[in-house]
Amino acid sequence: MPALLGPFGIWIVCAIVLAVMPVIFSSPVSVTIMNQMGISIVFALSYNMMLGQGGMLSFGHAVYFGLGGFFSVHVMNYIEVDGWPIPLPFLPFIGGLFGLAFAIIIGSFSTRRAGTVFAMISLGVGELIAACSIIFVVFFGGEEGVSGDRTMGPPVFGTEFLKEIEVYYLTAVIVFVAAALMYLFSLTPAGRMANAVRDNPERAEFVGYSQRQVRFMSFCASGFFAGIAGGLFAINYEILTEENLNLTTSGWVLLMAYIGGIGFFIGPIVGAVLLTLLQTVLSNHTELWLLYVGLLFVLTVMYVPSGLTGLMMMHGPAMKAGRLGQLAKPYMIAGIPLLVALAGGVAVLEMLNHYNNAPVGDNVAHFFWMAVDTHNPANWAVALAVTAIGAYTTYRATPQVREAWAEANDFSEKGGDR
Amino acid sequence: MSASALSLQGIRKDFGETQIIRGVDLEIPAGERHAIIGPNGAGKSTLFHLISGKYSKTGGRIGLNGEDVTTLEPYAIARKGLSRSFQITNIFPRMTVFENVRCGLLWSMGLKYAFWKLVGRQKDLNERTSEILEMIGLTDRQAIPAGVLTYAEQRTLEIGITIAGGANVIMLDEPTAGMSASETDQTVELIRRVTEGKTLVMVEHDMGVVFDLADRISVLVYGEIIATGKPEEIRNNKAVQEAYLGEAPEEETETVGGAH
Ligand SMILES: Nc1ncnc2c1ncn2[C@@H]1O[C@H](COP(=O)(O)OP(=O)(O)O)[C@@H](O)[C@H]1O
Ligand SMILES: [Mg+2]
Repeated sequence: MPALLGPFGIWIVCAIVLAVMPVIFSSPVSVTIMNQMGISIVFALSYNMMLGQGGMLSFGHAVYFGLGGFFSVHVMNYIEVDGWPIPLPFLPFIGGLFGLAFAIIIGSFSTRRAGTVFAMISLGVGELIAACSIIFVVFFGGEEGVSGDRTMGPPVFGTEFLKEIEVYYLTAVIVFVAAALMYLFSLTPAGRMANAVRDNPERAEFVGYSQRQVRFMSFCASGFFAGIAGGLFAINYEILTEENLNLTTSGWVLLMAYIGGIGFFIGPIVGAVLLTLLQTVLSNHTELWLLYVGLLFVLTVMYVPSGLTGLMMMHGPAMKAGRLGQLAKPYMIAGIPLLVALAGGVAVLEMLNHYNNAPVGDNVAHFFWMAVDTHNPANWAVALAVTAIGAYTTYRATPQVREAWAEANDFSEKGGDR
Repeated sequence: MSASALSLQGIRKDFGETQIIRGVDLEIPAGERHAIIGPNGAGKSTLFHLISGKYSKTGGRIGLNGEDVTTLEPYAIARKGLSRSFQITNIFPRMTVFENVRCGLLWSMGLKYAFWKLVGRQKDLNERTSEILEMIGLTDRQAIPAGVLTYAEQRTLEIGITIAGGANVIMLDEPTAGMSASETDQTVELIRRVTEGKTLVMVEHDMGVVFDLADRISVLVYGEIIATGKPEEIRNNKAVQEAYLGEAPEEETETVGGAH
């Protein structure tokens, strides 16, 4: 369908989706979650400018996000206290400029090498800035962080951003523009050479490009957009704390980009949406949600290194050949037992957690809309049996999936006239 | 000043204690097709790495079109009009064939590090890329990732990337290595065409190719050039025959020397 709308079709569709989302999901909670998604999308896309596009693995990307956010919230306070005439929609841009400034400083030495050296420097700088946040209390606000009030600026078209929905539309516009700019960056000479340097830094030098300079440019662009995400965060939450620039946040953005798929522009978007959902929705249902995210990450790294987007894209050729239908049955045969196994596994983990951590006398764990007595061995037996049977059946079904997969993607023999 | 396209003066390279290149002097005039031959391990690829800036020099001086490029980085040398290929295929495997060639063109077409211009909008750039693809015969493979090309196609692409930027000194390191006879013939024709009016320096083991293409030949043995001259001079050179060509200098189409 987007193809019918020409080269900008997909962007038009995205704009419409952004516009109607709060109409469909109109509860305040949903709007808050969608705002969080928007912030994460910009952050994860900016991260992937380095990792996926430029081949730089960073463990300290939250530095630019957090610093962008801190400066934004300080500017917000200047707007409030000193009456700086800056309308709120410009705040993320200011955050971006500070992200860029720090990326220029740190990138000037960290992009000299790629690979392990780059990764280690990013980790060191991340640690360093997080440590600074405890030392420079005036700027970082110590443990409470720094808070502000977004509504004190000059009104924009009559809005003062008191309502969550107004913030949503502001966020949506900035997310759209930032995503479009990041996409366009990948189509410029600097962006194309980032891919070239990622693929083969040596060869890039012999066609006239300094690999260091190419990495530096991606790094700066990435810092700029991370700062924009930080500015959006400041607008949405009106507070920044050390947590926003520490290594946990840096790890989180890596997870989003990687699980979504670093080899595709939309990969980080998929990852940001999914992980924000897990973070906001799943965390309401289970204490173990981070464990599940961790498992998802490990499984992605091990079995689908191209991420969820890669998994979807793998079906492109079969779909073009009209053979996607062939996969439905084997997917069901393997997928249903897999779901059973996963449900069983979750049950075991939840029971284990409850058994170990619940107060004495509380024997009943709640999950999957069930109440399960964790002190009854029979329940353990059932959970373990469900997991085992599910896992075994899945294991037995995989050859079938593999075969069906090979057949659906076999364009040389059976696909022809033979 | 009629400077040589490439001028090597007393080039030396040590790896630790080992002297690999032991004082190479060579003047290659503009427009010449120059072949460097020699047994395996003689230091031919090392010499290429020294000239193109990949390795630092232990001693000596390198001039490119009259300019001293001895201590320049590879990218700086490339910008001055020297472009090289590699003995082991060295391409951008995850990018498409089209993009590989385009990468070879970006700098020379003045696009540099621009982040405000879209490559898709650069009409000249894309036309030129298509022309080069046409010239190297990879037009119908242009949309696939370079990493999935056949070996011979990758070697051809390697040449395409090398010549794309219009450098006036082209260095090819064993461009036909591992190719079948017919692929070799095609590649030689390609090299002849794309280096028209340019200076070519190439390492080659196939004597048929060497005597066919080269205006002059240098023989490198143990990091030293033992002879430089026209093909017939080299063929009749006593020292060369002893050191390298063995006893069958007239069998020009054979691959001789320690080529394997
Ligand atoms: N980076 C290096 N470190 C140490 N020795 C090297 C290095 N590169 C090449 N050599 C040595 O230099 C010699 C010449 O190698 P090379 O230039 O590849 O020869 P050719 O291309 O003529 O076959 C070989 O003995 C090789 O082992
Ligand atoms: Mg060699």
